[in-house]
Amino acid sequence: MTTTDWPLWEVFVRSRRGLSHTHAGSLHAPDAEMALRNARDLYTRRGEGISLWVVPATAITASSPDEKDPFFEPAADKPYRHPTFYEIPEGVQHL
Amino acid sequence: MTATVPATTAALALGDDALVLSHRLAEWAGHAPVLEEEVALANIALDLLGQARVLLSLCGDEDELAYLREERAFRNLQLAEQPNGDFAHTIARQLYFSTYQHLLYAELAAGEGPFAPLAGKAVKETAYHRDHAEQWTLRLGDGTEESRERMLTALTALWRYTGEMFQPVAGLDADMALLETRWLESVTAVLTRAGLPLPEGPRTGAWSAGAGRQGLHTESFGRMLAEMQHLHRSHPGATW
Amino acid sequence: MATAAAHRTARTGADAPDTATDTAALQHAFDTAVAAEERIEPRDWMPDAYRATLVRQIAQHAHSEIIGMQPEANWITRAPSLRRKAILMAKVQDEAGHGLYLYSAAETLGTGRDELLDKLHSGRQKYSSIFNYPTLTWADVGAIGWLVDGAAITNQVPLCRCSYGPYARAMVRICKEESFHQRQGYELLLALSNGTEAQHAMAQDAVDRWWWPSLMMFGPPDDESQHSAQSMEWKIKRHSNDELRQRFVDICVPQAASLGLTLPDPDLKWNEERGQHDFGAIDWSEFRDVLKGNGPCNEQRITQRRRAHDEGAWVREAAAAHAAKHARATGTTTTATTTATTGTTGEARA
Repeated sequence: MTTTDWPLWEVFVRSRRGLSHTHAGSLHAPDAEMALRNARDLYTRRGEGISLWVVPATAITASSPDEKDPFFEPAADKPYRHPTFYEIPEGVQHL
Repeated sequence: MTATVPATTAALALGDDALVLSHRLAEWAGHAPVLEEEVALANIALDLLGQARVLLSLCGDEDELAYLREERAFRNLQLAEQPNGDFAHTIARQLYFSTYQHLLYAELAAGEGPFAPLAGKAVKETAYHRDHAEQWTLRLGDGTEESRERMLTALTALWRYTGEMFQPVAGLDADMALLETRWLESVTAVLTRAGLPLPEGPRTGAWSAGAGRQGLHTESFGRMLAEMQHLHRSHPGATW
Repeated sequence: MATAAAHRTARTGADAPDTATDTAALQHAFDTAVAAEERIEPRDWMPDAYRATLVRQIAQHAHSEIIGMQPEANWITRAPSLRRKAILMAKVQDEAGHGLYLYSAAETLGTGRDELLDKLHSGRQKYSSIFNYPTLTWADVGAIGWLVDGAAITNQVPLCRCSYGPYARAMVRICKEESFHQRQGYELLLALSNGTEAQHAMAQDAVDRWWWPSLMMFGPPDDESQHSAQSMEWKIKRHSNDELRQRFVDICVPQAASLGLTLPDPDLKWNEERGQHDFGAIDWSEFRDVLKGNGPCNEQRITQRRRAHDEGAWVREAAAAHAAKHARATGTTTTATTTATTGTTGEARA
């Protein structure tokens, strides 16, 4: 049997103005135009979105779980990046 | 809301188109060539059913009209009732019909007639239907040798049902001659992009000009109605 | 073959442990994450058996959604009112959508949809046996919504917390959409039950036929269930078959009473001591028979699915060919060619 499996596309939906596009899922389509239409039919049929992105799954470069430690752990010990790190005298406002 | 008599005639014509084509598209459920297309065809069918319910309700009880009329009382275009055939036939039917429907609703939406509010919503739906049909026409026409052959066959087979769309309908405030010109331009442009010739031959059958609108239908329509109506008719007066 | 390659990519895309020590460390990290209720994501290392179990279960679930379209689609063209027709069309459409979400989840494990469909079509993977029963009357649409979808929801709600992230997320979406399915079925039956004598009889007949098969949907009793213990440990499964079945029975009894319909089990009664309902023995020989392929519709369901797929082949090929031509013409790289999913495992999703 010949397979003509269509490529996989990742779908991102903006649910309303003011929010960013969020990954909703994936689908198969022969090309970008059809992917967009299929995404509309599949992921926004209950009014879930006002804007769509489709991205070929092969075009995504992801960080690897092996690199989890060097990638993300160094950020964990820098509490001074967070506002809660600082002590402010009671009663001081607008800080 | 009750409509005037000519408006009722028009509502029935447009409502029956939507009802019958929706039914045909719904027959694809579980049979579509790919899962994504199951969802797409169902969306179109649901839009059309929604339009049908609004339009029929302008004329009376939607279920009485859908389920208790005889074949000869239906006012839909013969094009809308044509069997699905293969996917190419369905797409050809969609291309011819949704182009017409979109142009018509755009005109009605711009006017101030009784259908303007409905048309305002329907014009968006039908724009999508038209786009769906055009996208597939391009892919089937300019896909494989087989898909091109199938698309040609389908376009030609349904060509003779396209003239009927532009017969005047009482109560429908639209310039049918202008609509026809635009329709031809649009279909020609899509087919050209798809590398397909415009079918040749007459656009109406020998005795069937305006037929569906006058209650003359093709043979398969009776069987479609038998299936659609049998349960409702088997339980007179029941509510569901 | 595309899918084998994809599987390899999936594996090497994660860690390829060199030594037994590494494997043990990875296994430990996996076990710790699962125990801590963390989600396992596509690119994480996971035991082969965990991956295989998930693929099998998600595929079976996806297949059930798309085969499950058939018994209900059987009534779309005969729906007795336009309102009911719209509801049923939307419901069957949802099932196609749910199948799609689930195939996508399976693809994150490195198995392409084509391969899964192949296995369905050749009988190497199963779908829920419930869909091998026929829909004989309109009331069956209601019974499927109330009982079959009800049982499915009982099964599926715990899956929203499944340890595998993409499956859990698909289930959240599905459960949200499913709730209308069950309610429409119940409402449909209620209308029949309160309708004419013939309609009431139709509703009762449907419940009589669907009740026992619905109870079988929870799978064999706990002491005979092959995969249960390991799946519970992996937090793919959260409750035992019998637990869920009992929960379902307890939910249905008062609902049946409100419908004015009876459940076809003379042994069904409230057990004060247990605080649960006792119910009659399930005919597991029927279950096994249907599972083996001897149900009323096994052959028919697969034949229709295969036919739709085969008859659609030229359409899929045409679109792929068009995309390939177009990509060549414009020099874009995203082409749809045969075996285009090689390496496209959805692994990027995290």
